[in-house]
Amino acid sequence: MNSIDYIRPTTVDEAVSLLAKYKEKARVLAGGTDLIVQMRGGRYQLDAVIDGKHIEELNQLTYSKENGLVIGAAVPCHKIYGDENIASAYPGIMDSATLIGGIQIQGRASLGGNLMNAAPSADAIPALIAHNAVANIVGANGTRSVPVEDICSGPGRTTLDTGEILVSISVPAPSKGFGARYIRFIPRNEMDIAVAGAGVSVQLKNGKIEAARVALSSVAPTPLFVENAGNSLVGKEPSDENIQAAANLAKEAATPITDMRGTVEFRKHLCEVLTRRALHTAVERAREEN
Amino acid sequence: MPATKVHVTTTINGEPVEFLAEPRQSLLEVLRDVVQLTGSKEGCNDGNCGACTVNMDGRIVDSCLVLGVEAEGADIQTVEGIASADGLHPIQQAFLENAALQCGICTPGFLVSSKALLEKEPNPSEERIRMWLAGNLCRCTGYDKIVKAVMAAAKEMAS
Amino acid sequence: MTTTYEPNKVLSNKEFKVVGTRPVRPDGADKVTGRAQYGADLQLTGLLYGKTLRSPHAHANIKSIDFKKALALEGVKAVVSAKDFPETKDTANYGLGDSPMNYFRGNILADKKVLYKGQAIAAVAASSVHVAEAALSLIDVKYEVLDAVLTAPEGMAKDAPILHDDLFTKEFEKQTKVNSNIAEHFQHKMGDIDEGFAGADVIVERTFDTATVHQGYIEPHNVTALWNDDDRIHVWTSTQGAFTVRAAVSEALAVPVSKIKVTPMEIGGGFGGKINVYEDPAAALLSKKAGHKPVKMVMTRAEVFEGTGPTPGSHMTVKMGATNEGKIVAAQANLAMEAGAYPGSPVGAGAMCVFTAYDIANVTIDGYDVVVNKPKTAAYRAPGAPNAAFAAEQVIDEIAEKLNIDPLELRLQNAAKEGTRRADGPIHPRIGCVEVLEAMKEHHHYQSPLTPAKNGGKVGRGVGIGFWFNIGMQSACNISVNNDGTVNLVEGSTDIGGSRASIAMHAAEVLGISYEDVKPQVADTDSVGYTAITGGSRTTFATGWAAYEAANDVKAQLIDRAATIWGVDPDSVEMEEGVLRSKTDTELNMSFKDLSAQLNDTGGPIVGRGAVDPSGIGGSFCGQIVDVEVDPETGKTDILRFTVVQDAGKAIHPSYVEGQMQGGSVQGIGWALNEEYYYSEDGRMNNPTFLDYRMPTSLDLPMIDTVIVEVANPGHPYGVRGVGEANIVSPQAAVANAIKSAVGARMEKMPMNPAAIMEQLWS
Repeated sequence: MNSIDYIRPTTVDEAVSLLAKYKEKARVLAGGTDLIVQMRGGRYQLDAVIDGKHIEELNQLTYSKENGLVIGAAVPCHKIYGDENIASAYPGIMDSATLIGGIQIQGRASLGGNLMNAAPSADAIPALIAHNAVANIVGANGTRSVPVEDICSGPGRTTLDTGEILVSISVPAPSKGFGARYIRFIPRNEMDIAVAGAGVSVQLKNGKIEAARVALSSVAPTPLFVENAGNSLVGKEPSDENIQAAANLAKEAATPITDMRGTVEFRKHLCEVLTRRALHTAVERAREEN
Repeated sequence: MPATKVHVTTTINGEPVEFLAEPRQSLLEVLRDVVQLTGSKEGCNDGNCGACTVNMDGRIVDSCLVLGVEAEGADIQTVEGIASADGLHPIQQAFLENAALQCGICTPGFLVSSKALLEKEPNPSEERIRMWLAGNLCRCTGYDKIVKAVMAAAKEMAS
Repeated sequence: MTTTYEPNKVLSNKEFKVVGTRPVRPDGADKVTGRAQYGADLQLTGLLYGKTLRSPHAHANIKSIDFKKALALEGVKAVVSAKDFPETKDTANYGLGDSPMNYFRGNILADKKVLYKGQAIAAVAASSVHVAEAALSLIDVKYEVLDAVLTAPEGMAKDAPILHDDLFTKEFEKQTKVNSNIAEHFQHKMGDIDEGFAGADVIVERTFDTATVHQGYIEPHNVTALWNDDDRIHVWTSTQGAFTVRAAVSEALAVPVSKIKVTPMEIGGGFGGKINVYEDPAAALLSKKAGHKPVKMVMTRAEVFEGTGPTPGSHMTVKMGATNEGKIVAAQANLAMEAGAYPGSPVGAGAMCVFTAYDIANVTIDGYDVVVNKPKTAAYRAPGAPNAAFAAEQVIDEIAEKLNIDPLELRLQNAAKEGTRRADGPIHPRIGCVEVLEAMKEHHHYQSPLTPAKNGGKVGRGVGIGFWFNIGMQSACNISVNNDGTVNLVEGSTDIGGSRASIAMHAAEVLGISYEDVKPQVADTDSVGYTAITGGSRTTFATGWAAYEAANDVKAQLIDRAATIWGVDPDSVEMEEGVLRSKTDTELNMSFKDLSAQLNDTGGPIVGRGAVDPSGIGGSFCGQIVDVEVDPETGKTDILRFTVVQDAGKAIHPSYVEGQMQGGSVQGIGWALNEEYYYSEDGRMNNPTFLDYRMPTSLDLPMIDTVIVEVANPGHPYGVRGVGEANIVSPQAAVANAIKSAVGARMEKMPMNPAAIMEQLWS
């Protein structure tokens, strides 16, 4: 790794001005579980890392039934799944927070980091999309909030401008009849990158699906929001057939590549299997919520 | 650009420690090369083998994925801090008695991880132990005797 | 009959006092406190750090190397390349047979041509690792990139790009003038294969392909070398053979062995992969050029994958025929294995093992050693045998299926016994093939119904049996008596899995003293007699035997000394259970402890020596029973239950024997399911990390139950058969057979990863 500066701002403003100064030669450090490996591997030739873990807003973790959940961008996974209220209200996010890496990684890795790393295989992003999460971003020109599905623009690339920082992720409070699920397929039982993954949510009302969202990982240049798959379920009963039809749409939407983690054919097939399985679990969870 | 070193004040195994580190140096590198605590091992340097596991502020982390400068103000425990003046910790004793190590290179990481588990959950199931230790690779034992050692240590610590 | 299930059985038939017990290892406290000194832990005054420049291409000519910019970087102290090797003879031998010097040196620092991505080209010594890494990027190498061949069939193809213009095929032990990638083609023949198949009622023939896999030890290779001002070289390294390193450095640098001292540091796993020598000679050269400063080199994980020996991918056809009654009458194998960049695949060993568990009258085995543009293969636990067993044990399974005979019953019916001839010549001495198969058949696991699925998938059971012949080779040991009634034991086998304990136990047993009274240590090459590698399952067998000899030498001297003190004939004195006594006068007796206190006043210290090069090696058989669950929608396989049964001859330290059985089996499971070098078309390994080279984690496995069978090896004083290797031979086939039983897919490719299983199910 080349030589770098390490800076530890304590306010968002300070971080923003540092980002303005270093431009693309700096990145914000949260858990470091991706960034440090990438710097070592030469993907980034940085002049500075800006440690976000000493900024209050990046460390917040608040939840209420009224206002929903706010996850500071640097909050590590274990804090999220360690909170029982959050765990029960946001099952899909919980699934991904407990899946990312092993216990050691979960002690450091953050969902904000997972989002900013923008890997196609990111486990947190489909779950966040399923939960209708929004990214809160601050830059020199002020604050903006962007739906998570609009953040990633390519492998390792985001729609954030140079000089902008992700401060937190807001997730609306789930209402009655909501259920979500993230599952991924890996060849081992831990410590792998998803060959494919599916994050889904359903909102049930009077036995019918009022809203549904489906997002996939590892099968496109970015985590993929498959809007039509979720929409296909709206107004319908959560029957095997309807779920199968949505799963088929997810499979059609996937545009994976063949690499060491899987072939195009296998990955597309997994999209169908995982979406179907995830939807079934999400429906079960939604019913438990009733 | 010449590397500027940063002064870091931290606590390692209960002792106050100060060191100078380049920001690019990992905590693992600092522990091994600067502080001379070589018990934590480098197996992969990308967070996939767990041989460098240390306890940082009550959580286990891969020290290869922490910058040394991030240790400022932290409370770090390494394998060197597990035994006390009274002798080996029950988890260390259990690893020896259950032949839970062969080459021993992964052992420091397993001990730090296992100790953290037993402090949090004194009576974990086999499944829970396997899940907790999934971030620590062992290539010699097939894990059987390691899992048994952790169960034996749990029993010993409960008695 | 109902039996209660007890895991981890030892089927012992001979009891000893120390041998067969399970004491704590002597290096234990150091290894659980972080104090044990592994190679990378070494710090020396004035230490420099070395890094290796490696080829980015799988096959290329090196047109030029320019070090100017690298040498100009502040902190860079020296660079070396193949040009720094001195003129020397044409062949090298560092204890494992002759090889051409240009091949041997080429794998240390390539000259003119690179033959795999990751091959070392040059090395730099600098003030820090970071500076050394920066210097590597400043070395300017011009390449002429050539087409690469990546598998044995590709390498054997008529129009294949040729790796070596000086490699001529050896055919049936005769050197031909054919320049090709086939280094050797050999054949073993027994009986009449055509006649054999003519008499078969059922014939199964299948072709198998397996991927390149790595040993996967957690500790990367490391070395620190000092070329001292007096031209003596000191090497501290992680190795399976300190004397092998000494010989390799001597051969590479044309320096006599007497000027080289190798200190084996604690070793963080090897499995055969730390026999070959990589950066050690370059580190010594750097030390010399940097002004006699010590230079430490530690590989990254990617360097370990890309630059050090994996075990080969292979392409194999196996055909077997049997009568309706279940008698196997003919077996034919065509084994082609990748040697990697330089000749020397383990196909020879694979051929020795492929049908060795069986008594078959008509056998033909062809073996091909093929060079390809991958790292030169190194030993990996029973090298070659797992590939061969993956093929043969599946074909046998299919025959059992076709004949509707229980797969263990079919194996038992055809099992090799004492007197059975192997196709490669030797006649089996007393072996435990039948005993292992019987123990498998009677095991609770085999007697139980299939383990229920955990996740709603399909379950199946498979079995397999494998053989490894084991090796002997040279070992030396000294034992000196302390005046407090303990002994110090010095031996030369690096301890990878608790062998200090098992070797010390040999001495304690002979002397009739407690295990705790023997203090073993692994010495450097200046301090102990020549000792060959820790490998070939030889360490407990051969170095244990050297300790046995040394202890007997001590015992004889103690008897002499007691006789001298008592003024009696030594023949009238005996030593049993740590007590010396006259056979005729009951008044005359003395404990070993009492005598040891008197040694200095009665003639001086006692030092025993043991030096062996044993024959009488006992091969080991090992079998596995495995229950798997396969998700038919994703192809994912989970291991639900696993039992391994191995003949240890005599388990000196049963816990460490079990550890070998469990560890070898789990490596076999990883190999079976997920591990592989995943190559791009131009020969780059795409997955040189522990993230994507997927070795099993604790969560991927159940407990690995063991049964130690003890069919004493008549060639060893306690009956020991080495146990390090046979356990990795057949888990892959057992898993394959279990997958077949679960979902009906006969797997001809390894790894049997989810995608491969789905492909098979879809086809």
